[in-house]
Amino acid sequence: MQPLPPLAWSAPTTIDEVVAALAEGVPGEVRLHAGGTDLVPNLKRGVTSARRLIGLGRVAELQELVDGPADALGVGAAVTLDDLGRDPRVVARWPAVAEAARQVASPQLRRMATLGGNLCLDTRCRFYDQSAFWRGALGGCLKADGDACHVVPTGRKCVAACCADTPAPLIAAGAELELASVRGPRRVHVADFFAGDGARNHTLAPDELLVRVWLPAPAPGTRAGYQRLRRRGAIDFPLLTVAATVVVERDVVRAVTVVVGALGAVPRRLRGLDALAVGRPLDAAVRAAIAAAATRQCHPLDNLGDAAWRQAVVAPLVRRTLEALEPATAPDAASLR
Amino acid sequence: MRSSDGSLIEVHLTVNGDAVRRAVPPERTLAELLREDLLLTGCKQGCDQGDCGACTVLVDGRAQLACLTLVVAIDGATIETVEGLQQRGRLHPLQAAFVAHGAAQCGFCTPGMLLSAVALLRASPRASRDEIRAGLAGNLCRCTGYVKIIDAVEAVARGDDEEPAP
Repeated sequence: MQPLPPLAWSAPTTIDEVVAALAEGVPGEVRLHAGGTDLVPNLKRGVTSARRLIGLGRVAELQELVDGPADALGVGAAVTLDDLGRDPRVVARWPAVAEAARQVASPQLRRMATLGGNLCLDTRCRFYDQSAFWRGALGGCLKADGDACHVVPTGRKCVAACCADTPAPLIAAGAELELASVRGPRRVHVADFFAGDGARNHTLAPDELLVRVWLPAPAPGTRAGYQRLRRRGAIDFPLLTVAATVVVERDVVRAVTVVVGALGAVPRRLRGLDALAVGRPLDAAVRAAIAAAATRQCHPLDNLGDAAWRQAVVAPLVRRTLEALEPATAPDAASLR
Repeated sequence: MRSSDGSLIEVHLTVNGDAVRRAVPPERTLAELLREDLLLTGCKQGCDQGDCGACTVLVDGRAQLACLTLVVAIDGATIETVEGLQQRGRLHPLQAAFVAHGAAQCGFCTPGMLLSAVALLRASPRASRDEIRAGLAGNLCRCTGYVKIIDAVEAVARGDDEEPAP
């Protein structure tokens, strides 16, 4: 069928051992293996390469959800999307994150795939997600084996899309990432984790490990939602993702964040929404105004195909997300469940 | 089993109740091990890249994709394949229901469908039709025979079958 290239394997049991193994490895030759649902098919198709895998399945800390200060929740990077989408704390307090986890791919893939892997998911483009033979016929592209972009022929930067489900709701929830390396720990907001180059769309250093995703406690009155556009009801990667967090106090919007993903390499946080919504009720007119702003700010490319359809759906998907927000309950209410 | 530099790694598994000890290269997938080393060819390699679900087997009771599973990553696991569903020559109730409902056309997706359904009904023995549809969403049938497959699983979930599931 599609054999994998020869690989070496190690299975450390602590974070210190993982980062030491990363530091010893040759960048580009060493890859982390958690669920393997992105890495293994990409290795089979030759769109990425590796000589040595570091398995994360034996590092207990990466598989756990831990309560943090100020009612935050720390989700280990190797927690599966299936477990994340069912966890009662996540479902109650970060419903958009749980919903995104439940929308990924298929049941089997969600039982294997991890939250950390979803954040580090390789970008996708219809000129890249192909066999080596197919890509070779076009002469490669900016992301692999070439120097041209087939989506934007004059472009000098890869525009492959971040097609993961969880980044948009994590950005909308204000989540932070805890990273580790032999140089020490660091924390970064999810929004700042991504970089605007589809060839490598995140800022994780070659020797760094994503340890935990920290979900901050939602403010009182928070409502959140997530919707995605897909060709079929299961398995497919999203063609658009929309996440929203709205804080409502006495029927009036106090804060609003809307993030649209699967456009380019970085999920896009819509600008200028405060002027449209803050101080007003979240009624049909305000929802329509936010949707119109989304249409003006989001311009799907041909990276995933169907650019005109995706452009037409931006506004309805944003409106639908704002119509179907769910309450993010306070920690006390969650603990009663 | 700790580390390797491209050499073989010894892995212990339980496959359909039998202890299996094998030295495998790290790039060996579970689908390859089952089919080529253990001759359990009920695990089908359809797309071989995680899209189709034909290679679905149970890993510690969870329906997962054997084509994307590295054997070295599941050392110590318990594996169930379609070959292990029958008990003493009697079909599993889901297998019997697939026969009764004509739920196989070409049959290539059937082992994966069965194992997804087994895991679903173990967790949710009285699963509704919608839950069955969601539970089988990761298994493609290219004959598009979904209705009879879902009918068969629903019949077992409703208890139409006289024999209890093991």
